[in-house]
Amino acid sequence: MLDARLFLLQRATAIVMAPLVLIHLAVIIFAVRGGFDAAEILSRTRGSWVWGGFYSLFVIAASVHAAIGLRTIGFETFGGSRRTLDVVTIAVAAVLALLGLRAVFAVVAS
Amino acid sequence: MDSGPDGAETNAHEPAGQMIAVSLWRGQGSSGGLVRYDVPARDNQTILDIVTHIQRNIDSTLSYRFACRVGMCGSCAMTVNGVPRWTCRTHSGQFTKNGRLTVEPLRNMPIIKDLVADMAPFFDKWQKAEGRFQGKDSRTDDVEPVRPDSPERQTADAGIECINCAICYAACDVVAWNPDYLGPAALNRAWTLMNDIRDTAGGERLRAVSAGDGCHNCHSHQSCMTFCPNDLNPTAAIAGLKRMAVRAVLKGEL
Repeated sequence: MLDARLFLLQRATAIVMAPLVLIHLAVIIFAVRGGFDAAEILSRTRGSWVWGGFYSLFVIAASVHAAIGLRTIGFETFGGSRRTLDVVTIAVAAVLALLGLRAVFAVVAS
Repeated sequence: MDSGPDGAETNAHEPAGQMIAVSLWRGQGSSGGLVRYDVPARDNQTILDIVTHIQRNIDSTLSYRFACRVGMCGSCAMTVNGVPRWTCRTHSGQFTKNGRLTVEPLRNMPIIKDLVADMAPFFDKWQKAEGRFQGKDSRTDDVEPVRPDSPERQTADAGIECINCAICYAACDVVAWNPDYLGPAALNRAWTLMNDIRDTAGGERLRAVSAGDGCHNCHSHQSCMTFCPNDLNPTAAIAGLKRMAVRAVLKGEL
């Protein structure tokens, strides 16, 4: 159900996400305490390849990490064949990545 | 202890009238349920003594398993008040609550009858995890020296005292959720062999234990370590296998 490669992929994406989560939280606190409104935030993110790259990496890592975690929870709760698990895992990762990257596109490139 | 008229042992110090209400799981296969028996409470008796009393004095059709009675063989393992225990090493006073006691077969294995669990799946997983020593020397070769103080030998020694009682397997939630998971005992055995310098099947074994139902499914709940009557730590053994397998993947060897 969870072989060495999937295990490694989930740990690797966790390592990638750890600093990104801290930076993300710091940015939220900075923006809220600074009293930024939506227009001020968008003026900083639009056209910014740094923020676009940062959040794209975050979204991809989170999508892979969450899909593998949900695979484990789903199997241990409901069971299922390996093929079903593979399909669901890939589908969950794809949907999460699509929704996340769409949001990144909205604040960076729209 | 004295011998009573029916040959059964009686205890001269038995408090008059005190009884324990013992609920035993009775049935065959998956069909059955708890049946209550009233057993005399004695100052010194184990759960195995209680089960034996019921079988010899109340219902001779009761099936259960035991051998050594002194905590060496592990064959009397059962679930006592929801906890996996060697019944021969569990004093009734430890677990009797308000004069009540529940004894069931070990979980995570099919039930053959009453308190006897079918351990075939448990031992099959030892084979699946390549839990067999495979040496390179024949009986005509010299004995290979193994330094007792070498890190590999000390790591292997930490898990070598497993007697296959399946307490850890019954305690493992991951086995309950995924019946194909190899389980703590088989993985602990594999880890001791991976640290045996005489063994030659490391690559094959690492592939077996890091496949889909292998060591990477462990959530490190540590129930195996908590309930192991021999104070072994299969969780640490599984963590060692995880590290070893990840290194092998990164090196392209797995």
